[in-house]
Amino acid sequence: MNAPTAQVRANRGLRILCPNGHLGFAPTREGSFNIGLSATPDMIACDSGSCDCGPVPLGSDTSTSPLAWQTHDIELMLVGARKLGVPMMIGSAGDTGTNSRVDRYVRIIQELAVKHNLPRFKLGYFYSEVPKDLVRRKISSGEAVTGLDSRPDLTLEELDATDQIVAVAGVHPYMKLLDMGADVIIGGRSSDCAIFAAPAIRKGYPEALAYYYGKIMECASFCAEPYGGKESIIGEITMEDVKVTAMLPEQRCTIASVAAHSMYERPNPYYEYFLGGHIDMSDCVYEQFDERTTRITGPRFVPAADLRVKLEGAGKVGERFVGIVGVRDPYTIANIDQVIAWARNEVRARFGEEGYQLTFTVYGRDGIMGEMEPLRDHPGHELCIVVQGVAKERDRAEEICMTAFRQMFYARLPNVKGTAGGVAFLLDEVMQASPAYRWTLNHTMRVKDPMELFPVHMIEAGV
Amino acid sequence: MAGTIPLSELAKAIRSKNAGVDKITFDVIFRDRANFEHVRDSGVISRAAICRLFNVPDTRISDHVEFEAALAIKFTLFRKAPSGSVGDGDVFGSQQYAPLLGVEVPI
Repeated sequence: MNAPTAQVRANRGLRILCPNGHLGFAPTREGSFNIGLSATPDMIACDSGSCDCGPVPLGSDTSTSPLAWQTHDIELMLVGARKLGVPMMIGSAGDTGTNSRVDRYVRIIQELAVKHNLPRFKLGYFYSEVPKDLVRRKISSGEAVTGLDSRPDLTLEELDATDQIVAVAGVHPYMKLLDMGADVIIGGRSSDCAIFAAPAIRKGYPEALAYYYGKIMECASFCAEPYGGKESIIGEITMEDVKVTAMLPEQRCTIASVAAHSMYERPNPYYEYFLGGHIDMSDCVYEQFDERTTRITGPRFVPAADLRVKLEGAGKVGERFVGIVGVRDPYTIANIDQVIAWARNEVRARFGEEGYQLTFTVYGRDGIMGEMEPLRDHPGHELCIVVQGVAKERDRAEEICMTAFRQMFYARLPNVKGTAGGVAFLLDEVMQASPAYRWTLNHTMRVKDPMELFPVHMIEAGV
Repeated sequence: MAGTIPLSELAKAIRSKNAGVDKITFDVIFRDRANFEHVRDSGVISRAAICRLFNVPDTRISDHVEFEAALAIKFTLFRKAPSGSVGDGDVFGSQQYAPLLGVEVPI
């Protein structure tokens, strides 16, 4: 079988290899990546961040992806890119794109460069963190920090409750670093599409196609079928179109898979917003170009009248403990809300009404969907209840969780036959989990210059 | 006698996923135009039907789009609390689509 797109097309445009839709989150598959490398792309790029992981990584300034997987994926890209002599770029370093995550990726690159004896190269990076004081001054000066998705404007109180803020960069810091001659770029938090759009715009391709290019590339093989993540794709942009090709021999980029992906994880299939504007995909035309390649034309670029940068922020709620109980008695299952109410009352009697959070997630009834569960009146023959206790102080969180957990065992149901213990313990203990955080910022803030929150730096790596 | 067929047998993909931190978006994607149009026209996943199925008021629906290019019907719900808030049982929003599988579509 011919390796897909191994042939080099006449009049070819800019071709970027994307190995992974979220670098580090699960390891890149090497087979399709190597096929991609053999097709000699002009650049290797991918995104490494997401707010899908919830507010904990950003708030606590940690990664949800293991260092070993991040290093594995970066190593593949770095060695491949230096061998081909083409740039590589990673955006939203380390899941969140905070400064510590950028620094971590820069360090990984430096260490790998020494490990592989790579000749010296230019390593550019930029930061995306936003100091709380800067946001405070904006609000104090009467500049609204506007809520997205029906959120109210940011208040000083919500800002105070925030531990970490990142701004979502557009194409600008990537273009700046490419202008400065970077061979490798590690980006702070940025729009997924900006990583791919930046080199395309810099080469003079139309902005509408360039942003669409970024949009369709950023999740790697998620735009192909059959379903299979972490496989490589190659996208090509020309003056007229964008083409995407699956690298795994078993996958194809079809009209259906590409069109479907253009609406993935966004509220509306037609619009994609980023710093500086948005693209309108209403009139996009999808064509099957060859067996595994789809061609796209027709996106429109709509520049923003006002430069507004998206801010993501997370704040700590408290320390968290978790307990797990099971229930098998059908009478107890039918009355599980009474058991929970008993446990809540016992916690209330000891700790009062406020200053903590206590939740019961009832798997086997509505643990996943809550009030949206149509079958919540039809619980299974056994239930698993996850108890979470959250409070500012560690010991208090532990005791709250333990009180609720234990008291489920002692809950007093009037007609229960099992008078030797009301629930089954998986472990007779409550476990400390990561602290609880919440999303405090999903807002936009006006900026004068699209670079003002994203300082760039250039160093050298290699031997 | 006219019967029904579950949506899961007519759609190629039925999925849900976070769309940012405050919303979950649902995609019902068809392989061919006939099934897409049949389901669209049947109204079984109209705004009103979604409200009944998921027990939410219409104000919880932020978008509801029939997306011809992808032969898809897409709708988006506001979350009750942002993703990953204490007690959230689906941080990625990736298992909220299940009730759609069994939606009965008149033949």
